[in-house]
Amino acid sequence: MAKSDTNKNPAKGDVQEPGRRDFIVVATYAMAGLGAAAVAWPLIDQLNPAADTLALANIEVDISKIAVGQSITVKWRGKPVFIRHRTADEIARANATNLDDLRDPQVDTARAEKPEYLVLVGVCTHLGCVPLGQKTGEVRGDYDGWFCPCHGSHYDTSGRIRKGPAPTNLEVPPYNFLSDSVVRIG
Amino acid sequence: MSANQFKSPVVRWIDHRLPVFSMLHHTAHDYPTPKNLNYMWNFGSLAGLSLAIMIVTGIVLAMSYTAHVDYAFDSVERIMRDVNHGWMIRYIHMNTASFFFIVVYLHMFRGLYYGSYKAPRELLWMLGVVIFLLMMATAFMGYVLPWGQMSFWGATVITNLFSAIPYVGESIVTLLWGGFSVDNATLNRFFSLHYLMPFIIAGVVVLHIVALHRFGSNNPIGIDTKGPQDTISFHPYYTIKDVFGIAVFLLLLATAVFFFPNAMGHPDNYIPANAMQTPAHIVPEWYFLPFYAILRAVPDKLGGVLLMFGAIAVLFILPWLDRSPVRSARFRPLFRIFFWLFFVNAIALGYLGGKPAEGIYVILSRVATAWYFLHFLAILPLLSMFETTKPLPKSISEPVLGSSGRAA
Repeated sequence: MAKSDTNKNPAKGDVQEPGRRDFIVVATYAMAGLGAAAVAWPLIDQLNPAADTLALANIEVDISKIAVGQSITVKWRGKPVFIRHRTADEIARANATNLDDLRDPQVDTARAEKPEYLVLVGVCTHLGCVPLGQKTGEVRGDYDGWFCPCHGSHYDTSGRIRKGPAPTNLEVPPYNFLSDSVVRIG
Repeated sequence: MSANQFKSPVVRWIDHRLPVFSMLHHTAHDYPTPKNLNYMWNFGSLAGLSLAIMIVTGIVLAMSYTAHVDYAFDSVERIMRDVNHGWMIRYIHMNTASFFFIVVYLHMFRGLYYGSYKAPRELLWMLGVVIFLLMMATAFMGYVLPWGQMSFWGATVITNLFSAIPYVGESIVTLLWGGFSVDNATLNRFFSLHYLMPFIIAGVVVLHIVALHRFGSNNPIGIDTKGPQDTISFHPYYTIKDVFGIAVFLLLLATAVFFFPNAMGHPDNYIPANAMQTPAHIVPEWYFLPFYAILRAVPDKLGGVLLMFGAIAVLFILPWLDRSPVRSARFRPLFRIFFWLFFVNAIALGYLGGKPAEGIYVILSRVATAWYFLHFLAILPLLSMFETTKPLPKSISEPVLGSSGRAA
């Protein structure tokens, strides 16, 4: 650090008075730092989703053809979304679960607007694989919901994490029913 | 030979104004090298050769590759079928990537065995770990480019590691993807960075060599060179030894390229990427398996990610964990046993990383992970306190020439 002419004499005291030149040096570094940060920000922010990517925000799905107990997978924002027409037994089991047994406690009614239709982002909350359990014959895990084959996470009939490394329940995307047969996701 | 002794007057004229020839002469010709280096000291030059092969084949491949989700897979297949010699160039690029890691792993184990990371070579070692990290990032992004199933799901899983960071994790992952999933924006930026990073690696390699030449190579005995009687000039003695190593390396590489080109790959990557379906059993490339095993050994997401990165971070502080003043394992009887245990454990982690995460494999992964960290954080510090080392020779020449230590 540059020393000003006024504080050459150490006998003046232990603390050296910062001079005007020190102020100029610090201010120059600060301005250069701000300038560098201002230039860096657009270069970093261009990595974030572009306007056209953000524009693809919602889709409408006809759910009238899904039989009870059947599931369909639709694509939303490049990710699979699971829609399961749940059986009465599946709904009952989701409701009967003790919240103390859950890693990410959530009641089933908070996860499904209409209990018979469960809408979930089909992406494991661990590291992003697509869990199995949508098609007939696929493994559904120990809790009869979904099972992620990558690292062994088990989800229940409400899409809640029950066993394995995933930290949270399968995400519920924002959606609303436009009519009894059409749901809008996004 | 000093600078003004170059035979060609043109070289002399240039060197007087731009001393590149004397610099090269100094680093690759006169450079005094311990005279007892064994074949474990070949892997540095082999790593350099691998990097050169990767850059040359990569630049050529980029001329026929299209970084777009709709065309990437087909453009790679076109390279394989239609582009002149494309199949060979791509197989060389693919297999040299694996060979690069084999060579670098052997180079690192050499450093671990002979204590090459100890003072005054700590920064040399740490620069090597930086190169290793950059290599892993480059290899990961390169594997995404063919846009097969393993490319896509490997990219998804690895980028999702960052979502484990509290609070800002999700935003970071969105930033990395440029969207809400691995998609075209991700592929484009990975191509851009995959092309850039080898040149950054080359820059760090230069620093690695500058740091190496400050004190010279370590050697199998691990004691400092005491004078000219302990060294020989790099050229022709080690250039010829390196050339022999290169011949053997190229023989093995050619065998892989021409007879087993896909042995170290995964067949699922010849299926085009499908965002709606994860392959039943996803595994990373073999060179990531030990770290992948550590990731999966921990039943907690953030914990797994932290331990995986910790497994590499611990290498940075290795020079301060192993405080024993004796470098070479030849004079450290206990260290030598633990070194080989560590080696076997690392191979075991690699094996376990390729197995499904269930049953006995999970338990074994946990034991092996615990041993990995115990080795660095407990065994090495304790050994440096309690181990009785064997007496060191007085000089590199002494064990061969007797106590006079004078070369003929």
